[in-house]
Amino acid sequence: MAKSILSLVLNGRRRDDAVADNMLLIDYLREVAGLTGTKMGCDGGECGACTVLVDDRPRLSCISLAYTVAGRRVETIEGARRGGRISRLQRAFHEKLGSQCGYCTPGMIMASEGLLRRNPTPSDDEIRQGLSGNICRCTGYVKIIESVLSAADGSVP
Amino acid sequence: MSEDPAMPASARLVGAHVPLIDGVEKVSGRAEYTADLAHRDALVGRIFRSPYSHAKITRLDVTDALALPGVAAIVTGEDCDVPFGVLPIAQNEYPLARDRVRYRGEPVAAVAAIDETVAEAALRLIRMEVEELPAYYDPEKARMPGAVELHADRPGNLERDVHHEFGDVEAGFAAADIVLEKVYDCAEVTHVQMEPDVSLAEYDAERDRLTLHTCTQVPYYVHLRVAQCLGMDTSRVRVVKPYVGGGFGHRSETLNFEIIACILARAARAKVRLKLSREETFVTHRGRPATRIKLKIGMIKDGRMTACACETLQAGGAYGGYGIVTILYSGALLNAIYDIPAVKFDGYRVYTNTPPCGAMRGHGTVNVRFAFESLLDQMADELGLDPFEVRRRNLLEAPVRTINDMMVESYGLPQCLDWVEEASGWKARRGNLPKGKGLGLACSHYVSGAAKPVHWTGEPHAVVNLKLDFDGGVTILTGTADIGQGSSTVLAQIVGEVLGLDLDRVSVVANDSRITPKDNGSYSSRVTFMVGNAAIEAAEKLKGILAEAAARKLDAKAEDIECLGEIYRVQGGQDPGLPFQEVVDEALAESGTITVKGTFTVPRSHQGGRYRGAGVGPSMAYSYAAVATEVTVDEDTGRVTVDKVWVAHDCGFAINRLACEGQIQGAVWMGLGQALSEETRYHKGLPLGPNMFDYRVPTIVESPDIEVKIVESIDPNGPFGAKEASEGALAAVIPALANAVADAIGLRMDETPVTPDRVIDAILRKERGRGRKRSAA
Repeated sequence: MAKSILSLVLNGRRRDDAVADNMLLIDYLREVAGLTGTKMGCDGGECGACTVLVDDRPRLSCISLAYTVAGRRVETIEGARRGGRISRLQRAFHEKLGSQCGYCTPGMIMASEGLLRRNPTPSDDEIRQGLSGNICRCTGYVKIIESVLSAADGSVP
Repeated sequence: MSEDPAMPASARLVGAHVPLIDGVEKVSGRAEYTADLAHRDALVGRIFRSPYSHAKITRLDVTDALALPGVAAIVTGEDCDVPFGVLPIAQNEYPLARDRVRYRGEPVAAVAAIDETVAEAALRLIRMEVEELPAYYDPEKARMPGAVELHADRPGNLERDVHHEFGDVEAGFAAADIVLEKVYDCAEVTHVQMEPDVSLAEYDAERDRLTLHTCTQVPYYVHLRVAQCLGMDTSRVRVVKPYVGGGFGHRSETLNFEIIACILARAARAKVRLKLSREETFVTHRGRPATRIKLKIGMIKDGRMTACACETLQAGGAYGGYGIVTILYSGALLNAIYDIPAVKFDGYRVYTNTPPCGAMRGHGTVNVRFAFESLLDQMADELGLDPFEVRRRNLLEAPVRTINDMMVESYGLPQCLDWVEEASGWKARRGNLPKGKGLGLACSHYVSGAAKPVHWTGEPHAVVNLKLDFDGGVTILTGTADIGQGSSTVLAQIVGEVLGLDLDRVSVVANDSRITPKDNGSYSSRVTFMVGNAAIEAAEKLKGILAEAAARKLDAKAEDIECLGEIYRVQGGQDPGLPFQEVVDEALAESGTITVKGTFTVPRSHQGGRYRGAGVGPSMAYSYAAVATEVTVDEDTGRVTVDKVWVAHDCGFAINRLACEGQIQGAVWMGLGQALSEETRYHKGLPLGPNMFDYRVPTIVESPDIEVKIVESIDPNGPFGAKEASEGALAAVIPALANAVADAIGLRMDETPVTPDRVIDAILRKERGRGRKRSAA
C-alpha cells in the first residue's frame, strides 16, 4: 500500500508521519503515535469506544481513514489533561464512578468533552443524545450522566 | 454506613464512598489492557473456524497456507490432544477441533504470521473437507430418540439431568386453594463485555517457559488449563492479568483462544498476539442459555405458597463448560429466597450445535427467577392480593437452614420490600396510573461466593499476602482479578481500615502468578466475602506485629496499643504517641521486611447438604434484592419504555458505597437488556448479527434512572458484615418489567426479551381470543 505524509496537530503537537493510504485513524493513533488510550471495542462504528475529537467534534476513529484528518486538530484521551492534572471532566468520571472497567471510558470522556464544548450546560436529555453512540456495559449509564452533569455544573473542582 | 450502630465510630475507610484506586489510570487512558501491551515484536495470530454446525473432519490441509511467505506457524487439532473445560468432571473440549466440529465458528486451525494481511491470506489457503452430520439447534430435537450424539459418552445429548425433591410436593399441591402451571421461555443472551477477547503469549524456547497476558477473570484456572493442554509443568507457565475491560462471566473459565495463543507461540517459538474481532468474541460466547421453564406453584388464599415444581430445559451449546453448574444453580436458588414447604426441581442440560454457553452474571438463577416471580405475581393477581403482600407472606426468618440445606444467617429482604414499596409510591400509584403505564415488582437473591471451589484441592478458599517494608508502604498481594468491579479498591479499604492507615499508604499488586498468591478468581461474587475476610486476617496479623513494636517503644503492653490516624499510642494515655514510620522502623529492626498471610475457608457447616448436586448453591451468605419498575407500553408499536427503576439490595454492609451503587445499577441495567432487547439469534447455527448493532444492548437513550437503596443486614460472617453486591439484583428486574407490562396492559409476557414483536403478538392473541369469544356468544 502506498504511503503519504500525514500532517496534523495531535494533542497540541504538530506531527508528520508516513502513513499507508488505507490506514484507519485508530491504527494510526495506537500503532504509529503509540497512544493506546483510544480503544477498539467492536468491528467498526458500533460502540463508540474509539471516539476522539477532530476539530472539537467527536469522531469514530475506527471508521475514519487516517488521511481524513490531514491538517486537522485531533485530540485523544491522552490530550485531555489540563495544567498537568486530569481535567475536571476526567475527575468527575473518576470521583462519581462514571468508569468501572474503564474500557469505554476514553471514548465516553471524549464524546462528553465534545458535547460540553458545544453545550457547556447540557440537560439530562442532551447528555443522553450526546452520548447515544457510546455503549457502556458496566454502569447502566446512571453515574456517567452524573459525572457529566457534575463536570458541567462545577460541583467537581 | 454512618448511621449503623454496629460500626465503630472510628471507621473511616469502610462504609465510605471511595473512588476506585485505579480510577485515575482509567480516566486518563493510561490503564493498559492486553491489547495495549507492547507487541511490535509479536506475530499476529488468526483462527480458522468451522463453517459447519456439525461435521466429521475428513481432511484438513494446511500445506499451502504454511508455504506462504511470512507464515511462522500453523497449528491444528493435531497439536493438542488434551481436552479442557472448567469443571474437572466435564472436560470435553479441545482448543482446536479434532476429528469433529460441533458448532459454526469452532476453532479448527490457527495461524501465526508476520502481519494481519499474511495471516488472513493464510486462512484462505486452509482446506477443510468434512462429512456433515445432523445438527441440532433446539434442545427438544437434540433429545429425540435417534438423534446423533454430540459426545459419545452422553446418550440422548443430555449433559446432565438434575432431580431434587424436598418436602411433600404432592401434599403441598393438594392443600393449595389455587394451583397454576405455566411455561416460560428465555432467549439466549451473552455478555458483550466492552473489551474484545485478546491474548498475548510469549514462548521462551531457550528455557521452555511461557508467559501469557490475557483478559481473564480466573488467571489461576487459565494457568492450570494452559499447562495441561501444552503438557508443560505449571512452574514453567506464568499468567498475568492486565487491566480487563469487563467480564460478566464470559471470562470465568479458560477460553479456547487463550490456549490457542499459547500453542501458536510455542509452535512459532515466538511472541504471538491473538486478538479476536467482536464477531469472534460473540462466538466465544459462554453466555446464558436459552431456557424453557415449566413452573407450577400451589398457594392458599392468604398468599402462602404450599409447593412448587419446576422443570427446566437449557440449550447448553456444544461443550460442557460450566453447564452442570448452571443447571444445578437453577434448581438450588429457585426456592431458597422464600419459605416454601415443598419443592421439586427437574433440570435438563442438553448439548446443541451452537456456541457453548457458560456462566453469565446471576449464573443459572436468572431465568428461573423470571418464571417464578412472574407466576407469583399472576397468582397474587388472581387471588386479589397485593404483590408486596404475597411476597411478605412467604419470607424466611433468619437464621434458618432452607429446605435444600442452605444456611441463611442474614436476610434483608423485608427491608428491601419496605423501601421499594415506599420509594415507588406503590400504594398510591399502582392502579391509578394513566393508560399504558404500569408498575411491577419482583425479588431475587444470589450467593456471596460458591462455598465449594471448582477445583477441590483442600486449600483455603482465599489467600492474601501483605508486605511491609522500609518505605512504610503496605502492599497487598492478591490473585484476585479486578475486572472493573473494584475488588482491588475494596481490599485496600479493608487493610487500611484494620491497620488504621490512610488509603494512600496501601497499594495493591494483583494478578501475576510469579508474584501474587493463587486466587480462584472473580466469579460467583466470591471476592469481597472470601478475599475480604482473608485480607482482614492478614491485616490483623500485621497490626499485631506493629502493636508489639509500638509497645516495645512505648514500654506498654501490645494489647493496650491503638492506632488512629497513623499514630500509635497507649489507649487512654496522655502520651502523644509514635508516628507510623517509627513503629515500622522498630518492627523491621526486629525481623527485616515483614510479610504476613491471611486465609479464609468456608466451614463445612455452610457447604450445603449431602445429596447429589448439593455442592452448587451453598454459600456462606446470600444477598437479597427487591426491584420495582415503572413502564410505559405503546400498544400501537408494542414498544416498552422503562421510566424508572427502584432497587433495594441487601449487601450486608457496603464496604464501598460508591462501588456498591455502581454494581447494583450495572446489574439492574444488564437485566433490563435481557428483559427488553437482548437475544442471540442463529440461522442453522450461524450467528445472526454478532455485532453491537444487531445484538441490542440498551443505549444511554433508552436506559432509565435507577434509584438504589443499600440495605445492610450485617451478615455475621461477612467482612464487616458485607455480602454480595453485583449479581443479586439482576434477576429481579426482568420479572419486575414483565409484571409492570401486565399491570400496564393486562397481558402476561411469558418470553424474554419483551420486544415490540412479542408485545404485539400478545395483543393480537388477546384480540383474536376476544373475537372468538364474541362469535361463540
